[in-house]
Amino acid sequence: MSKELIRLTDLRMVFDDEVVLNSINLYINDQEFLTLLGPSGCGKTTTLRIIGGFQRPTSGDVFFDGVRINDVPPHKRKVNTVFQKYALFPHMNIFENVAFGLRIRKVPPAELKRRVEEALELVNLPGYGKRSVDSLSGGQQQRIAIARAIVNRPQVLLLDEPLGALDLKLRKDMQIELKKIQQQVGITFIYVTHDQEEALTMSDTIVVMDKGSIQQIGTPEDIYNEPKNAFVADFIGESNIIDGVMYADGVVGLYGKLFPCLDKGFDKDEPVDVVIRPEDIDIVPEDQGQLTGTVTEVTFKGVHYDTIVDFRGFKWLIQTTDYSPVGSRIGVKIDPDGFHIMKKSAYSGTFGDYSSYSDAYDELNEGPEGEDGHEA
Amino acid sequence: MKHKSLAIPYVGWMALFVVAPLILVVVYAFTTREGGFTLDNFSNMVQYAGVFGRSFLLAFLATLVCILLGYPLALLLAREQSRLRGMAMLLIMLPMWMNFLLRTYSWVFLLERNGFFNTLLETVGLPKLDIIGTPAAVVLGMVYNFLPFMVLPIFSVIEKIDPRVIEAAQDLGANSAQVFRRVIFPLSLPGVLSGVTMVFIPSVSTFVISRLLGGGMNLLLGDLIEMQFLGSAYNPHLGSAISLVMMVIVLVSMGLMNRFGEGEGEAVLL
Repeated sequence: MSKELIRLTDLRMVFDDEVVLNSINLYINDQEFLTLLGPSGCGKTTTLRIIGGFQRPTSGDVFFDGVRINDVPPHKRKVNTVFQKYALFPHMNIFENVAFGLRIRKVPPAELKRRVEEALELVNLPGYGKRSVDSLSGGQQQRIAIARAIVNRPQVLLLDEPLGALDLKLRKDMQIELKKIQQQVGITFIYVTHDQEEALTMSDTIVVMDKGSIQQIGTPEDIYNEPKNAFVADFIGESNIIDGVMYADGVVGLYGKLFPCLDKGFDKDEPVDVVIRPEDIDIVPEDQGQLTGTVTEVTFKGVHYDTIVDFRGFKWLIQTTDYSPVGSRIGVKIDPDGFHIMKKSAYSGTFGDYSSYSDAYDELNEGPEGEDGHEA
Repeated sequence: MKHKSLAIPYVGWMALFVVAPLILVVVYAFTTREGGFTLDNFSNMVQYAGVFGRSFLLAFLATLVCILLGYPLALLLAREQSRLRGMAMLLIMLPMWMNFLLRTYSWVFLLERNGFFNTLLETVGLPKLDIIGTPAAVVLGMVYNFLPFMVLPIFSVIEKIDPRVIEAAQDLGANSAQVFRRVIFPLSLPGVLSGVTMVFIPSVSTFVISRLLGGGMNLLLGDLIEMQFLGSAYNPHLGSAISLVMMVIVLVSMGLMNRFGEGEGEAVLL
């Protein structure tokens, strides 16, 4: 795409003997929309705050445009931040909030006025300058926070879960709007979120983090289609993760049966994690299925049914528009591109089983057909 | 409905001890000893214009000194994270737990002609200072007694400022002086306002401090009023009138100040 702008090398952060960041290495390109994605406590906000200058890493370096900036205080960095709870100045009206950075920089009044008005227009709130902060809704305050940062024409905009406090509908609208703004102004966005859908919608690059380490870096398509380990597969969308064995290139064994797949390059007979996305599974009549199982739970979700199917005690989630009643025996069919094979990792065996979905149901219904161990 | 009945004791209390005395004051202020209506009490007050002036001037000075001393202290404490803070708070509060009269008396012993400070100066070979009995001593007493009332409200307001707002200002390019001037100070003004109220009002109406440290030369409104009720010049009608005028002046100045505080002006008070 374009040139590298920010580089983090071997960042480590330790608070009171607790390792918050463990050897983060990352580079961020100019004009990229990069998302740090992970559950709370994964270190994504700390990473962002280090880039913003609000925290100093315990060790490791931060480079901006090739210059080490570890010791540069926040007010001298060419980045601006949109804070989680907006952090607007409550004692100033909207105009003064947006103008804050320009006033510090002593921008002449005429230019200041023009730029503030441009920024307000960009976030779709023209003419709001005289309003007070309190009189704005959460979504509007969020947009003012974006305007307040963007008006300074930073090279990088840091966004710390900026949409976290908004309701679903507004969040979706703002996602599209943010992406539009980013393309319009052509600056780098570093975006922190725990919402995988948000990350997939907006990002050029997603950095998946957990427990202070980067799990995977890639485009949204890469991350979704080729997750590197069980954590990523589970965190990004729904996944069935099953123990399998790679018998040869393009042949994977599950439940003792062989399936054609597209993955290559594993050792012969190597144990692997097999990811099957719920939407990649077709339900077919029992006699036509590659595997057969018993439906234990069905939930209507609007577009599709969430169907939980018991395959020899391991429960899969299948998302399909076909309705299969609870208790029915069904077959499933999976195309070769529906399998994604991952090397075993520390996360193996901890994700991807949907048993917990139907625990309550099992207890209630010890039906005659409900036993495990049906032939697959 | 139930909630309203809970308020009855308070309403009763207020009627008995706040509203009734206030009405009495007003009635006394507008009547003569014989009970007839008069405005003489107010016109007679002109002779005490000097006392009014001195009272408000000294209270104003004490308040100013309290702001100048108290604000930096409150700021320092509010931004300080360590254990030092608890200790410092304790030290600030400690004098307040001692009897007001005792505290003021102790200053008498310190400042007297042959008191602690002068003995100290003498042993070092410096000339004695006559502090006691001067307006300065009165202001000193006011500052000493009322400083905590300035520090505490400012402290609690600054402490409650969202740290992200401060980070946002830094993020937008403000150095620490600019962060203070544009964000922390304007956001702390409500604390300054209540501090001013809590220092100015007791200062303007005090009589103990001026009596003990002013040495009788620095008559304040409080002394004047006290004299009308308990002292030689027994005249509760005049005393009530003075109280009333003082109250009106205080109310008006507080109202004005609050009006300014709500505006966007930054340095209204300083």
